[in-house]
Amino acid sequence: MLYRENGQFKTSYAADQQIFPITQDRLAIGLLLLVAFVVMPMAGSEYLFRAVLIPFLILALAALGLNILVGYCGQISLGTGAFMAVGAYAAYNFLVRIDGMPLIVAMLLGGLTATVVGVLFGIPSLRIKGLYLAVATLAAQFFTDWAFLRISWFTNNSTSGSVSVAGLNVFGLPIESPVAKYLFCLTVVCVFALAAKNLTRSATGRQWMAIRDMDVAAAVIGIRPVYAKLTAFAVSSFIVGVAGVLWAFVHLGAWEPAAFSIDRSFQLLFMVIIGGLGSIMGAFFGAAFIVVLPIILDQVPHWFGIPLSTATTSHLVHMIFGALIVFFLIAEPHGLAKLWSIGKQKMRLWPFPH
Amino acid sequence: MMNDMPQAVQEQTQGTGRRIGDVVLDLQNISLSFGGVKALTDISFNVREHEIRSIIGPNGAGKSSMLNVINGVYHPQEGRILFRGEERRRMEPHMAAEQGIARTFQNIALFKGMSVLDNIMTGRNLKMKSGLLANALYWGRAQKEEIEHRVKVEEIIDFLEIQDIRKTPVGALPYGLQKRVELGRALAAEPSLLLLDEPMAGMNVEEKQDMCRFILDVNDQFGTTIVLIEHDMGVVMDISDRVVVLDYGKKIGDGVPEEVRANEDVIRAYLGTSH
Ligand SMILES: Nc1ncnc2c1ncn2[C@@H]1O[C@H](COP(=O)(O)OP(=O)(O)OP(=O)(O)O)[C@@H](O)[C@H]1O
Ligand SMILES: [Mg+2]
Repeated sequence: MLYRENGQFKTSYAADQQIFPITQDRLAIGLLLLVAFVVMPMAGSEYLFRAVLIPFLILALAALGLNILVGYCGQISLGTGAFMAVGAYAAYNFLVRIDGMPLIVAMLLGGLTATVVGVLFGIPSLRIKGLYLAVATLAAQFFTDWAFLRISWFTNNSTSGSVSVAGLNVFGLPIESPVAKYLFCLTVVCVFALAAKNLTRSATGRQWMAIRDMDVAAAVIGIRPVYAKLTAFAVSSFIVGVAGVLWAFVHLGAWEPAAFSIDRSFQLLFMVIIGGLGSIMGAFFGAAFIVVLPIILDQVPHWFGIPLSTATTSHLVHMIFGALIVFFLIAEPHGLAKLWSIGKQKMRLWPFPH
Repeated sequence: MMNDMPQAVQEQTQGTGRRIGDVVLDLQNISLSFGGVKALTDISFNVREHEIRSIIGPNGAGKSSMLNVINGVYHPQEGRILFRGEERRRMEPHMAAEQGIARTFQNIALFKGMSVLDNIMTGRNLKMKSGLLANALYWGRAQKEEIEHRVKVEEIIDFLEIQDIRKTPVGALPYGLQKRVELGRALAAEPSLLLLDEPMAGMNVEEKQDMCRFILDVNDQFGTTIVLIEHDMGVVMDISDRVVVLDYGKKIGDGVPEEVRANEDVIRAYLGTSH
């Protein structure tokens, strides 16, 4: 079956407003979900889950959250690591301090705490833009780095700020094996990706994009800038906070504040830029790229008998990212997601050039 | 007032042409300056319901600033503004929108990253009531609302004859069509007062004719009061009910087109510049 939308006439606005209006896209996404939920758990190796899929899913979720703020609402943030940390440590405290606290509830409460902190640090966005806002959100990063290291109450009085969780379970099902962890992350990510997609195609998303594209015109048609910006900060930091909980609880198990350092903030920003600003799919592309590239750079030279030291690989990774970011910022601000949709556009017409 | 009349009477009055109503917007002694630059000096004029009120004047006369004052983007240092008989305190643009004031901009101010459809849908933002959570679920009420408003937006798309570009990103459109989409976005709010800042600037003759027709139709069919800034004297004299003339931030003329055309100061201001 060729990739075509010809002949697929929409007879109602509901049909026209679907997430994937083209039948082939719906089939593709169905297939992808089938592979992710059924085939992978049967076929995947422990290494694949631990080193590739779980980090990919969680980072994609965090990038998705960040993309709402940066890509959809046009507000820059360098504090993503901080909001992840807030989510993680808040959920940790809810879990250890309240008896019988279920994981899901702790996770959502962690997200809500990140929301509150995110909105607080988003308040400067009502006055300042661009570089100055970036610096203000950077303050969030330094503040949480300091707080989780120095205020021992947050870490249940552990000396180095390092804490751990064990015996996670959801509705009585243990989240211990790599497969269970993977499925748990996958489910959470799917739910949030759907909610995020819904928000961005609704009035809420249009308000964010209006503020991003032309804030004066947005205000003139009745969008309250305060409300639009703060909801973007809220939704973004909620998702980022939940990603922080997953990263800490499910991926790391035991962690310290350094797990959510400024490096993490930058890494997520790079993902969003490379994957595509203002695209849900872009977050996944970006995360896949950043998780997979180091692995490829680590493996491929070995196959050719060129042994690269770990240090060289990590330098190479940085250089490639740097070059790509410059490339994407200059040539294609909408990132891999845009390249993907251009490819699809071509395919829609293939084999005709126009 | 027209809106309160029974349907039959309303149709009758429409048939016999628009009926200009009471003063809806009254600007009294407005002065606005930016640092040392005086953009507006002691300007007073009013706008009546259902009329097409034009503002003309040479470049830098303060026309756009006047619109910015009306919809709350600029805050005049002096003067009073009465809208529907009520004195208005300091007001932000979104409050003006809530009162039914919409506008287009001199330099197109569309949302570049969005499609034509989404741009116009955004114009209905104030009428859409679903909250954040409902939108995240996109279920039941939120979806129903989205469809209801889509129907309205499609009416506007038909009215402006832009059906074939509804899914196009606005950045990819030629200038004339962008201006039309911007009008569509303003109309989507179903405003009672519509401010148009040079809607025909940079257009060719045919595009201007289309735009004129849309403006007249909006005024006629929906009874929308229109404040129009336009440089093309032919158009202004043709379609305006009354015209106010600004020069260097001061009002130098006000009246029906014939009066303004005969006004000595106006002639001088226009001869003095390269128009
Ligand atoms: N935001 C601003 N900051 C500083 N000065 C401004 C601002 N807006 C307008 N002005 C000044 O106010 C004066 C009037 O400008 P305005 O844009 O209202 O003129 P205009 O009549 O719309 O001109 P044009 O026909 O060129 O559009 C100009 O001298 C302009 O430089
Ligand atoms: Mg102007």
